[in-house]
Amino acid sequence: MSQKIAGKGFLALAVSAALGLSSVVQAEILIGVAGPHTGPSAAIGEQYWRGASQAAADINAAGGINGEPIKLVKGDDACEPKQAVAVANRLVDQDKVAGVIGHFCSSSTIPASAVYDEAAVLMITPGSTNPVVTDRRLNVVFRMCGRDDQQGQVAADFIVDTLKGARVAIIHDKDTYGQGIANAAKARLNERGVTEVLYEGLTRGEKDFNALVTKLRGANVDVVYFGGLHPEAGPLLRQMREQGLTAHFVSGDGVVTDELVTTAGGPQYVKGAYMTFGADPRKIADGQAVVEKLRAGGYEPEGYTLYAYASLQTMAAAFNGVGSNDAEEASAWLKSHSVPTVMGSKAWDRKGDLKVSDYVLYQWDDQGKYHQLP
Amino acid sequence: MDGIFLQQLINGLTLGAVYGLIAIGYTMVYGIIGMINFAHGEVYMISAYLSAIGLALLSFFGLESFPLLIFGTLLFTVCVTGLYGWVIERIAYKPLRNSTRLAPLISAIGISLILQNYVQISQGARQQGVPTLLDGAFRVAIGEGFLQISYTKVFILVAAFAGMAALTWVIHRTRLGRMCRATQQDRKMAQILGIDTDRVISAVFVIGAAMAALAGVLITMNYGTFDFYAGFVIGIKAFTAAVLGGIGSLPGAMLGGLILGVAEAQFSGLVNTDYKDVFSFSLLVLILIFRPQGLLGRPQVAKV
Repeated sequence: MSQKIAGKGFLALAVSAALGLSSVVQAEILIGVAGPHTGPSAAIGEQYWRGASQAAADINAAGGINGEPIKLVKGDDACEPKQAVAVANRLVDQDKVAGVIGHFCSSSTIPASAVYDEAAVLMITPGSTNPVVTDRRLNVVFRMCGRDDQQGQVAADFIVDTLKGARVAIIHDKDTYGQGIANAAKARLNERGVTEVLYEGLTRGEKDFNALVTKLRGANVDVVYFGGLHPEAGPLLRQMREQGLTAHFVSGDGVVTDELVTTAGGPQYVKGAYMTFGADPRKIADGQAVVEKLRAGGYEPEGYTLYAYASLQTMAAAFNGVGSNDAEEASAWLKSHSVPTVMGSKAWDRKGDLKVSDYVLYQWDDQGKYHQLP
Repeated sequence: MDGIFLQQLINGLTLGAVYGLIAIGYTMVYGIIGMINFAHGEVYMISAYLSAIGLALLSFFGLESFPLLIFGTLLFTVCVTGLYGWVIERIAYKPLRNSTRLAPLISAIGISLILQNYVQISQGARQQGVPTLLDGAFRVAIGEGFLQISYTKVFILVAAFAGMAALTWVIHRTRLGRMCRATQQDRKMAQILGIDTDRVISAVFVIGAAMAALAGVLITMNYGTFDFYAGFVIGIKAFTAAVLGGIGSLPGAMLGGLILGVAEAQFSGLVNTDYKDVFSFSLLVLILIFRPQGLLGRPQVAKV
């Protein structure tokens, strides 16, 4: 009798141990996707989420990270620095993520990355281009995109070489990102012997820039370089055209979304505007299968979608490469290996910047679409 | 240089007229119950969404001529926004009428957050836009450059001043206006004399919301774009305009709006866009130092 009970007890123990073991095998690896999921730049948050979700599905289908399937956690910073720090703390303390894909606005990424650095959590930002993000030499911080100084330089060279701009105005939105790329462009222009006729900042959240546009008109500018985001770029562009100012409009990757057409009030206003952005990742051969998959799901992978996909691919490759979720080891691994991604093969320097940046110029057409300039 | 100065004046006046329209909502509510309605900027934001919805509805039913379209939209937006104003007062302020002065202030901030999030969730966080309704502009050559005022801006100025004139007429010439003025002077006394002050206060909220709706339609026409956060910046500017002109005074709200708009535009034009807000708020501080009641406000007399 007692033996029987003991036998049963042993069996139960064995079963529960086996169950326990299998639940360890089935454990998920949590990865945060942080960015503006709400707020004025929510369109970018959606691109991040779509790209990362597709990447997670594909990586899981191929066996996950070190045998564990990826589960994504949303972190919404609404592009506000204070909220970004709160979100970063939540991802680290509460969700206990192994890594973070994010953030977007450089002003959010910079304070949030300090939290990840302290907690030793690997962070790869698909879209923060401010130099400070990596210039602080935080070991766990990487990016999938170029840097503003590279972006500003490409734009400035284009203004001098192609547009032959002599009277250039530089406008920015007083934010880390906007002023960052505006300053980079300004430095390069001055280097090339062009002194800007006007350098001013507008206020984010406002819609009336008529006074500024009148001033531009009075200064007789032929090129306007704008460092900022689409909610301000659209109305600025529209009011320039409405006041009959035909100067070229050049901006950065902060306006890379179809919403620029909405904020400008129609394709007739954005027609001819230029912007710098990484070479269209949708055209890179390595990513065609993923692009088709996303399109089949009814989503056009515009803007940062594939950047987010590639970021998660990179993170998975690093964790698989070192066989653990250790951020320091993964960081060392990434700095000494190159990773095949949907955007081609990528490699990182000691700061965590891409070794090769791929900024090129795009132009908007009269249908409200943008095309890479040949 | 003169051409530029005049152009900035026009820019400032159109911007200021809109500030003034929204400022009316702040100033009327303050005049009658001595409370700052912080949800007013959000009421303007709602009206911007409503004007887009109205435009879409009317175009859907095949209306194409500009005057019909704009007046239909205006009517729709003013009515529905007025309803919002009435409901907000009913839910958030009326139950607190006899409590401390701080309580309705807090519930105003609450309502403002609720409206923002409600619009964000129901309409999405994306930037919204409407197509250009009225193209073209008057141009006058001056020296080397030209002076330009677009038809939309002419329409804004005319509509804003017509709205102001209509409101002044209502306040000074009608029974409702008389009741409003009586309630503003002494609520308790007006009540004793048989005026239903609760209804008057409701009416003031509806009028304020209607003016914000007029501004919403005009701004949507002019800039063509808005989002759920659009009420914040312009709400603060309009509140500043109301204080500048003397809070509680109707012509003061309009004057304050115009001064603020022109000051911003001229400062941007002559000095620097970066510091235009610093300049307008310094102006506010200066005026409040020398005239604490604002430009056209009545000095506070302590009631014994």
